[in-house]
Amino acid sequence: MTQVTDSHTDDHTGHAGHDDHEHHGPPHLAHHFETPEQQLSSAKLGMWVFLATEILMFGGLFCAYSVWRGNHPEVFAYAHTALNKDFGFINTIFLITSSFTMAWAVRTAQLGRTKATFILMGLTLLGGCGFLVVKTFEYKAKWDHHLFVGDLNEHHPDYVAPAEAAHGEADGDHGAVDEHATIEQTAADHGAADHGTSDASVEVAGETTGETAGEIVGGAERTSIALAPDGPAGVVADWMVAPVIAGETADAGHADDHAADGTDEHGAHGEAAADAGHADAHGGGHGDGHSVSKEIVPLKDRQKIHQFFQIYFLMTGLHTFHVLVGMGVIAWLMFCKVPKGIFGPGYYTPIDLVGLYWHLVDLIWIFLFPLLYLIH
Amino acid sequence: MSTTTPPITPPSSPHSPSSSGGGGGEVNYINATKGIKSWMFTVDHKRIGLMYMVGVMSAYGLGGLFAILLRSELWNPEPSFIGGAEAGTTEAMNNAWDFYNQAFTLHGAVMVFLFIIPAIPAILGNMVLPIMLGAKDVAFPRLNLLSFYFWVLGGLFFVWVLSKGIINSFYPGMIEIWGPGGLETGWTFYTPYSTTTQNSAVVAATFGAFILGFSSILTGLNFIATVHMLRPKGMGWFQLPLFLWALYATAIIQILATPVLAITLLLLIAEKTLGVGIFNPALGGDAVLYQHFFWFYSHPAVYIMILPALGIISEVVSVHSRKSIFGYKFIAISSLAIAFLGFLVWGHHMFTSGQSALTNAVFSLITFFVAVPSAIKTFNWIATMYKGDIRITTPFIYILFTIGLFTIGGLTGLFLGCLSTDIHFHDTYFVVAHFHYVMMGSTLFAFLAGVYHWFPKMFGKMYNVFWSNLGGIIAFIGFQLAFFIQFIAGSQGMPRRYASYPEHFEFYHQVSTVGAYTMGAGMIIVLLTWIVALRTGKKAPANPWGGNTLEWHTTSPPPTANFHAEPTAEEPYDYSGWKYVSPEEGWVQRTPEEREAARQQLGTGH
Ligand SMILES: [Cu+2]
Repeated sequence: MTQVTDSHTDDHTGHAGHDDHEHHGPPHLAHHFETPEQQLSSAKLGMWVFLATEILMFGGLFCAYSVWRGNHPEVFAYAHTALNKDFGFINTIFLITSSFTMAWAVRTAQLGRTKATFILMGLTLLGGCGFLVVKTFEYKAKWDHHLFVGDLNEHHPDYVAPAEAAHGEADGDHGAVDEHATIEQTAADHGAADHGTSDASVEVAGETTGETAGEIVGGAERTSIALAPDGPAGVVADWMVAPVIAGETADAGHADDHAADGTDEHGAHGEAAADAGHADAHGGGHGDGHSVSKEIVPLKDRQKIHQFFQIYFLMTGLHTFHVLVGMGVIAWLMFCKVPKGIFGPGYYTPIDLVGLYWHLVDLIWIFLFPLLYLIH
Repeated sequence: MSTTTPPITPPSSPHSPSSSGGGGGEVNYINATKGIKSWMFTVDHKRIGLMYMVGVMSAYGLGGLFAILLRSELWNPEPSFIGGAEAGTTEAMNNAWDFYNQAFTLHGAVMVFLFIIPAIPAILGNMVLPIMLGAKDVAFPRLNLLSFYFWVLGGLFFVWVLSKGIINSFYPGMIEIWGPGGLETGWTFYTPYSTTTQNSAVVAATFGAFILGFSSILTGLNFIATVHMLRPKGMGWFQLPLFLWALYATAIIQILATPVLAITLLLLIAEKTLGVGIFNPALGGDAVLYQHFFWFYSHPAVYIMILPALGIISEVVSVHSRKSIFGYKFIAISSLAIAFLGFLVWGHHMFTSGQSALTNAVFSLITFFVAVPSAIKTFNWIATMYKGDIRITTPFIYILFTIGLFTIGGLTGLFLGCLSTDIHFHDTYFVVAHFHYVMMGSTLFAFLAGVYHWFPKMFGKMYNVFWSNLGGIIAFIGFQLAFFIQFIAGSQGMPRRYASYPEHFEFYHQVSTVGAYTMGAGMIIVLLTWIVALRTGKKAPANPWGGNTLEWHTTSPPPTANFHAEPTAEEPYDYSGWKYVSPEEGWVQRTPEEREAARQQLGTGH
């Protein structure tokens, strides 16, 4: 006998059925489910399936990343140092913490502790905000240094340099150098200092001592790519410029050595003095001896540097979009649903689902961070 | 979730739906509520299925119109549709090529994205999947409606691209204002052409396809959750009707492959609008990467198109042969096997794109593996018919066509999966003929068979058998005329996607064109039989075919909640419980005693 006995009949007929459950189900039970457990399991299954589609969608980008990286390992090794590991690390902390508060919020929702749920979701939201703020600084720095997406990236063949830079000599032409010196600016509170930094570097570049600039910047800089300005002819010279990338632990004290390094190593390319000035000003030394120069990129591949940034922006951009969506849903639940006190042991599905989604967003970042920022 | 499979026994008190059917004033899902809003905001899976039907059939009409235009252009070796230009001039050639490129692109894109992919899952799947499970609705009814509106939105992008092209051809001045219209990349949007062409329609069409992908994903997600969570007690995985196995396997492909298409199309849009260059070798990208991405979706998508069709074959063959399906588990598992293998063969679209010889060989080998589950299905259908009590009904005739077309399409696939022959057949009409047999012939005829099979259930009306059969036969003859000869033309070296061709191919093309017109005429007859049946068709019984899947246990058409009384999960292909009464009454349930006697006599059951 396989008769289904535990169910309600439909609402549209007068047929006698198993009436005992009809219209007496829990308030959030949809008509086509028989028990709240079945409804919750269905919702969760649906969410997991949706998360699978999300993973596959990002999978496409990870695939593009792998293919490109496999094809051009040197370009990657060079370009990825432009990313700021500290920013990435802070963001990782933000997301992991918010994932924790989110998981906790699911538990308190399950227990019906409305106030705790509200606070924990608020903290989750704050974590998301923190992530976005840091990301904004990072994107802003890329924008300022012409390492943005598409032909706004100075390594892109279609990149059009701002007017003054096109025929500017490094020495003495303040604006030109400022525009052209590509420096990956870093520390969180130095968004504003950035310009000052570049300016300073230009000023000292004309002289020959990097000391001043080094002091100005001090430990603020972490990683930097310093490019000398175009040579007068400005043809391939653009790709011949000598970048110097400083390591993690910047130290103003090393500024002098570094300036000297720059001069020695790259004196052949373009304006040695300016070069050295930049390297100094922004590199702040080789604290950990980790230095990557553009030299490691084969000449024929230098035009591909911009591709790293395309992939970086596509991956982090799509991820950031997901963070935004998650924050929107969390905010909506937190302000419109949670205060009503509707969540408890019998019904906490929305909180549970947004929690799953938030963990996935976190998880994707956990992969993005090492792949883009750390490994080389 | 119950996966136990208790022994299936007949119900102690058989409910007789046909006796509760009857009266014309009965409330069902179609007349339960009235007004346009009650349809637009419905969450009833059956109404959503009907809305899909209207939309998808309109798209089919549009795609078919382009097909007719293409075949008309190919009647003569010379370019025919040359706009206002003087024949023989360069301008005439350019006009003809422009027109032809746009027409075949829109034909392909509309047919694939708007018709074949949604046709069976979104129309028939939506219609019968929950009923077959004895459920009241899909797991997420509102998501289901959302998926329909995504489909509409995606479709509007295509309509926009299309109308822009048409308006431009009438008012060339508009090109200066909004750029060229139409779309001439082919439905595959291959880079670098799609990213370098000035045509802004690429972004609109790509975005349309992106949205259609969401629609497809949501439908698949819904079906997976429904099959997992809403099976009645007593229906284990191996009591699922085979159509549901097919839809389930399809849904898995939909959710695993479509997101990759989504990201591919997003990358394409980024490529076109921002110039990121991931697919552009000039910018350090990889052009073949696009093809990998695209076919990683689009080969499985071929199975999104064909697997539901194979599911319909299993249902119709069994019901209309009145014989339990032969090799149930093999058919069920072979659907999953096709879905799985479908993810591993995409490279066979790129044998000539410069893959390594090893990669080619591996993809070729796995492609051949697909023949195994496909053949298992085919043999099982034939074994099901063998010694069956076959009724030559309209659905059965269409299914015979389907099996025939699927066999030809499948076998010619071997020539294309084989490396040495593919080099020769690559990008010829042989390929065109092959995928029309598999995607269009098989899926279309199975879809029509499914509509005729479930038409009485969906609308509570019967159709005119003579005209329905005639329409199908004409369409079938037309199809064979149009496409079989293309195998020959292709093997003679006629390349695809050309508006003009050497004169010695004229005969092949003219036969093909005549076939296309014939098929068009057949399809118009089919459509007319539907419309006439809706208006004046006789009232359908609850169970006109004697099927035993749960949708035949409710009235025709079903009430909004699908069943008047909770249905009993039964062995789906055990026909011993039904006896034929009359055309008006259809098949009614036997009493347990009668049933036992019938079982003894027929030796059916397990
Ligand atoms: Cu394929």
